[in-house]
Amino acid sequence: MYDFALFFSFAFSPMALTRAQIESIAHLARLELEPAEIPVYQESLSRIIDLVGELDRADTAGVAPMAHPLAGLTQRLRADAVTEQDHHELYQASAPQVAAGLYLVPKVIE
Amino acid sequence: MSELLHKNGLTQLAAGLRTKQFSSVELVRAYLQRIEASQSVLNAFISVTAEQALGAAAAADRDIAAGRGGALAGVPIAHKDLFCTAGVRTTCGSRMLANFVSPYDATVVAKLKSAGAITLGKLNMDEFAMGSSNETSYYGPVRNPWNIDFVPGGSSGGSAAAVAARLIPGATATDTGGSIRQPAALCGITGIKPTYGRVSRYGMVAFASSLDQGGVLATSAEDAALMLREMAGFDPNDSTSVDTPVPDYVASLDAPLAGVKIGLIKEFVDEGLDRENERRIREALAVLERAGASLREVSLPHLPSSVPVYYVVAPAECSSNLARYDGVRFGHRCQEPRDLQDLYRRSRGEGFGAEVKRRIMTGTYVLSAGYYDAYYLKAQRVRQLISADFKRAFGEVDVLVGPTSPTAAFRIGAKTADPITMYLNDIYTIGANLAGLPALSIPCGFVGGLPVGLQIVGAHFAEARILNVAHRYQLETDWHRKLPERFA
Amino acid sequence: MTAEWETVIGLEIHAQLATRSKIFSGAATAYGAPPNAQASLVDLGFPGVLPVLNREAVRMAVCFGLAIGARIARQSVFARKNYFYPDLPKGYQISQYELPIVAQGALDVVLDDGSTKRVGITRAHLEEDAGKSLHEGLGALTGVDLNRAGTPLIEIVSEPDMRSAKEAVAYMKKVHTLVRYLEICDGNMQEGSFRCDANVSVRPKGAEKLGTRAEIKNINSFRFVEKAIQYEVARQIELIESGGKVVQETRLYDPDKGETRAMRTKEEANDYRYFPDPDLLPLALDEAFIEEVRKGLPELPDEKAVRFASQYGLSAYDAGVLTASRELADYYEEVARAVPREPKLAANWVMGELAAALNKENLDAGSEKMPAARLAGLLMRIADQTISGKIAKEVFEAMWAGGESADAIIESKGLKQITDAGAIERAIEEVMAKSPGQLADYRAGKDKLFGFFVGQVMKATQGKANPAQLNELLKKKLPG
Repeated sequence: MYDFALFFSFAFSPMALTRAQIESIAHLARLELEPAEIPVYQESLSRIIDLVGELDRADTAGVAPMAHPLAGLTQRLRADAVTEQDHHELYQASAPQVAAGLYLVPKVIE
Repeated sequence: MSELLHKNGLTQLAAGLRTKQFSSVELVRAYLQRIEASQSVLNAFISVTAEQALGAAAAADRDIAAGRGGALAGVPIAHKDLFCTAGVRTTCGSRMLANFVSPYDATVVAKLKSAGAITLGKLNMDEFAMGSSNETSYYGPVRNPWNIDFVPGGSSGGSAAAVAARLIPGATATDTGGSIRQPAALCGITGIKPTYGRVSRYGMVAFASSLDQGGVLATSAEDAALMLREMAGFDPNDSTSVDTPVPDYVASLDAPLAGVKIGLIKEFVDEGLDRENERRIREALAVLERAGASLREVSLPHLPSSVPVYYVVAPAECSSNLARYDGVRFGHRCQEPRDLQDLYRRSRGEGFGAEVKRRIMTGTYVLSAGYYDAYYLKAQRVRQLISADFKRAFGEVDVLVGPTSPTAAFRIGAKTADPITMYLNDIYTIGANLAGLPALSIPCGFVGGLPVGLQIVGAHFAEARILNVAHRYQLETDWHRKLPERFA
Repeated sequence: MTAEWETVIGLEIHAQLATRSKIFSGAATAYGAPPNAQASLVDLGFPGVLPVLNREAVRMAVCFGLAIGARIARQSVFARKNYFYPDLPKGYQISQYELPIVAQGALDVVLDDGSTKRVGITRAHLEEDAGKSLHEGLGALTGVDLNRAGTPLIEIVSEPDMRSAKEAVAYMKKVHTLVRYLEICDGNMQEGSFRCDANVSVRPKGAEKLGTRAEIKNINSFRFVEKAIQYEVARQIELIESGGKVVQETRLYDPDKGETRAMRTKEEANDYRYFPDPDLLPLALDEAFIEEVRKGLPELPDEKAVRFASQYGLSAYDAGVLTASRELADYYEEVARAVPREPKLAANWVMGELAAALNKENLDAGSEKMPAARLAGLLMRIADQTISGKIAKEVFEAMWAGGESADAIIESKGLKQITDAGAIERAIEEVMAKSPGQLADYRAGKDKLFGFFVGQVMKATQGKANPAQLNELLKKKLPG
């Protein structure tokens, strides 16, 4: 392996990601970016991807992915009981646009 | 007298209230004054709930008079602004939630309330807890009470600055990659992140669900133990909450250190560690040895991979956790959306700040088709290796120690231009999150007039042990008693 | 369809599980509540909330897995399927991806020609349903009702084993029967409790490689499944034969126009970015849990049909019809037990008069309108020859309309069958006396007139003459 010091002196190969990739990631994440922001993210995401690309060096043959920090714990099950009441007015107090109990969005065309 | 109350820790204040040396109303007033006087300088609070606090304090005084009231009856605290509080705005440091009022209390909030604690307000933080300097907050940066040109650390920067400046004797905070321990170190206070699953995540706005854990910032291990004891415990609303009893962390604080095996993490004493900082760590270890502990060096060879692992796992989870902020049911909505996609893109584009967007995009990328195996799965495999390293180490020693942060606090603005440099602040703290281990930071001296911290990591559910080691250290030292002059 | 093309169909059936509360929250699942009245903070995806899994949803999924002879995963994992849509509050759906709770099962489906086809079931996984978007009456806006969000579903994914729309419908009906037998889904298709997506492709007959498929989304009736697939198959063949190419896409079936069309909203490449949900731990099932579910399984339709055929001497077809729903099968058994010597008579009545009457009023066998015991009361009177089958139909109608017992109607309307030979003989003699012409013709060899005399005597006795006896006596008397 390698030590932390490497990260401080690591020479990043520039632009692992293209502008088009940034635009497509931003769309997948539904984030509107200003045109001027795109190169900034292109640069920083490229460097982050380079940083995490370091993981390639680790030998993980036969190692199971760890999705959860407490190994061996399993899902608890809840009894099938109705415990919630109708509070839609309270819950909709923070909603930007509602009518007749419905949340409103611009027309969805299927 | 009330102008000296803030010199007390939370434990002493709780005792003083119980023995009626002062009232909760007096105490709350005193702290509210300090908060008000410091706000324009430190910007530690996002919301101050003076009126509710005074009402609750009066009720606490009645409870105390009637011989009722929990362990924290009448004690003022404040919450990091990502714990949902019914009826009080919860912003998460974001424009996205600038007007969000939660209809419910987080489990942690409810538990502390039922222990009698009085909430004075909501504390500033990095936006959605993403940051290590509290500079990503939509509500402006928080300043370090030791030097207001410096950052307090993050993401729990408001919590740390407030406790360090004694605006509050204890605060809730959260730690996903070091967000309790690093600001504790940079502000010269004590902060503990418990074992994953020890404190309920219900009502804690999620950043990275498999790493997030609520904890405490206070001025001593003793105070942290008391507050954590009241916060921790099983919660049926959180599937990842662990159903084992909470030990009395306070009762075991005094246990002698004779026979306790301490391991210095070899990989943490690296080129990135400031030499002065290293000296403070070694001095602290000498104190622990004198107190009876035995010290050895332990190697965790995969630990240096924790930063790249973290910057895959945390953004991946965050990209999904933050998808719910879509301008439909709560949160920021853009003006006059043209269509549905415009509503999503602009509401999110406007509502989130630059760092949050960066992490959402990073996470979106590493999970996307064709990259999942190379990044996400690979990172989770390396995470397993890191976790195994810790497990092996805890077969040899009782606690692991090292620096909390590579350097003391840095100047506001010094690292904002380069996210990677900023990420490396968490280089020593992330490992405990990846493995779900309890870890704390205690002040162990100063470098260039700014505090630095010693980190103590324990095995799963060994909170009592690390608090005990920290407390024994604090019995021998007075770093934790130092106050920034300006707030003395 | 042109002879040289083969159709390949796989179905993804979504069955809402009949739990009281949602899969990850304590909100009610009842249909028809006012908008968002049953959407809890968890269902709405509020900041800070977390899911906790409903045990009953797990039990029901295991129940289904055992019923199709599938493998029940001792460890399954919930994953997040990430995409933005107004009816998906969290921006992801909690589903199962790499490790579903049920895998590798099969169902045997009886086709119209009587042959049996085995349809493989790749997997059945647990997931949460989405909410509903309402487009009517809101102008340029869409309204979102999240009552349905978080309702537990099993998605049952078949192998691409079906070769025609009819096979697909037969399979879907079989699954429908099964989930209702198991009482894990109410099967109500109008309310969307049971619906399917169809993956349809065509390939040249004999080809190994599958053609490019189109996915037709959200079809909620058997008839529409058949029509949508037929339309889609024709469309694809026409497209290919005219030199075009089928593109992989999601399509919607428009029942008014009887056609499928490409969906506009999901056209961009789906990149769902599945990953294990960190808010939920692996779902582990031990042998004891699975055994407990197995012990609670009811007799399944196929087993029941085999038993009906042997126990009641029914044809395979009749046994199949009678076991098509659990209510109908239970109904039949109650009738058959009450009239023990006439299981065939019971089958004919249940599948005939009763089914027709229920159908007319859109009722099912569980209806209170004609309890099994009451129908059995009527069949007993046929069996003991109190009334004829023909009169019985009249009695049945009166019972259906008025809810009285068979005996009461027979009594009050005087419908009791005449079995007294003397009385029937007297009636025959009267008819013979009134119809000398017909009698002469009959005797001259016009055998067909036998029926005329049967009819006349029946008319004279208001249909009450025992038919068998009447036949016998007429044969004796008419020749003179």
